Amino acid sequence: MQTLSQFDILAIRREFPILHQESRGKTLAFLDSGASSQKPRRVIDSLETYYRTTNANVHRGVYKLSEEATFAFERARGKVARFVNARSQREVVFVRNTTEAINLVAYSWGSANITAGDTILLSVMEHHSNLVPWQLLAQRTGAKLEYLDIDGDGRLVLDDLDTKLQGAKLVALTQQSNVLGTINPIAEITARAHAAGALVLVDGAQSVPHMPVDVQALDIDFLAFSGHKMCAPTGIGVLWGRRALLDAMPPFLGGGSMIRTVELHTVTFADVPARFEAGTPAIGEAIALGEAIDYLAEIGMDRIHAHEVELTGYALDRLSGVPGLHMYGPPDMANRGGAISFTLEGVHPHDVAALLDGDGIAVRAGHHCCQPLHTLLDVPATTRASFYLYTLPEEIDRLAVGLEKAYTMFA
Amino acid sequence: MDDMYRELILEHYKHPHNAGTLDAPDISHEESNPLCGDRIRIDLSVENDIITDVRFQGRGCAISQASASLLTDELVGKSLHAIQAFTKDDLLDLIGIPLDKNPVRIKCALLSLKTLKTGVYSYLGAQPEAETEDL
Repeated sequence: MQTLSQFDILAIRREFPILHQESRGKTLAFLDSGASSQKPRRVIDSLETYYRTTNANVHRGVYKLSEEATFAFERARGKVARFVNARSQREVVFVRNTTEAINLVAYSWGSANITAGDTILLSVMEHHSNLVPWQLLAQRTGAKLEYLDIDGDGRLVLDDLDTKLQGAKLVALTQQSNVLGTINPIAEITARAHAAGALVLVDGAQSVPHMPVDVQALDIDFLAFSGHKMCAPTGIGVLWGRRALLDAMPPFLGGGSMIRTVELHTVTFADVPARFEAGTPAIGEAIALGEAIDYLAEIGMDRIHAHEVELTGYALDRLSGVPGLHMYGPPDMANRGGAISFTLEGVHPHDVAALLDGDGIAVRAGHHCCQPLHTLLDVPATTRASFYLYTLPEEIDRLAVGLEKAYTMFA
Repeated sequence: MDDMYRELILEHYKHPHNAGTLDAPDISHEESNPLCGDRIRIDLSVENDIITDVRFQGRGCAISQASASLLTDELVGKSLHAIQAFTKDDLLDLIGIPLDKNPVRIKCALLSLKTLKTGVYSYLGAQPEAETEDL
């Protein structure tokens, strides 16, 4: 694999301390990055450095430490803005994770803009985090939810997109399915949604860590993503939104930092993004997210994506030789990312995962927070292997051997 | 790990004992594990508080289904009060696999016991003891 050697995975792996350990007596093969990625040493170091040298609350103190913490926190916001090509760092709101970002839009933008009879267009492949907030909004307002279907290869059916867009105020879609690996044509859908008068929110939890995402090129309106899936700590995530939209949105959580003036019976709110950042934020985690972004950008998101495409193509090919294995999602690498969900004939997905765990291979089993999609696929659960910049082809070979062993054992 | 999938478990998973349903059960109860979707239904015929027949139906991992097969093998001839006294450790002894350090999979193993006990308690009109609620 030529590009894999150019990519120098071994050098990358040396940056991730956790990968160099045994699990159940075997070298750990971590194939669950779709759930949460591992962290390179410099991100871990940046957290430690923050707490050892810079820790103080932000936007409050006039003393040196607080100024330094505020500066580092706001610099991280700038890194996020450049990473997704935002027009301004004021469009970047720090939240806990993708789920909180989507809930923020559903409560704030949704309450101000959605009324009975409006349509919110989703797809059947959405994660619960891009499904349940809209169900709650629909229950509060009397709005309707519509869904784009998928075809047999796990790709969105867009033939009826324009019909389904009639009366739609918002389209909320994942850019890459966490189960199927499908990469959706966001730019095309956005152009058609805007033509129909609908805004577009993109769930970037599985795309921003794995490929270049440019909010201006996609022309979308909101983007939500999580730090912990892109080499950063847990507890920090991002909502990016168009400035004009954020400016017009009412607050979500009330408290400190999000106000301009408070009297006993009245309050005026701060400008964005502070308006949406009530309370002390995850300061060290935001700074570490900035470090993770530097790390990913230095390697290059194009190269990370190319590595994952090549690796996943290899996996599709290698796993297709495993007897009894049924894979879901696109069968080729056209617009497909590094997650493969599968079932093994005669073996329950949890048993598959437990047997692989016995070989030191970490995969996820269950419905991956996509129950409606699993109902549609007509399986109660699947097992999923998901890849990242540090995944080795040898780990895919071990996965294939482990699956063959499990199949034989239960046959 | 392979301890968990020893021959006894695989045999009971592939060829479960007491599989199916009863036509007119005195007790029929279903439970599921929301975490993984495993599901077990147990039907019992009861005469004078003694279990005279049993069937189970389910969907799930090898541990949950083999556990139901092994558990239902023990039931005919037992009194409902003996079921109330039957503990989690009794079931784990029956399965004979080291699950004490695996809190996730222990839920799979105990789903059959939870189904049985909840069914029996509700038939007797009694409140389940705390242990059953924790299963």
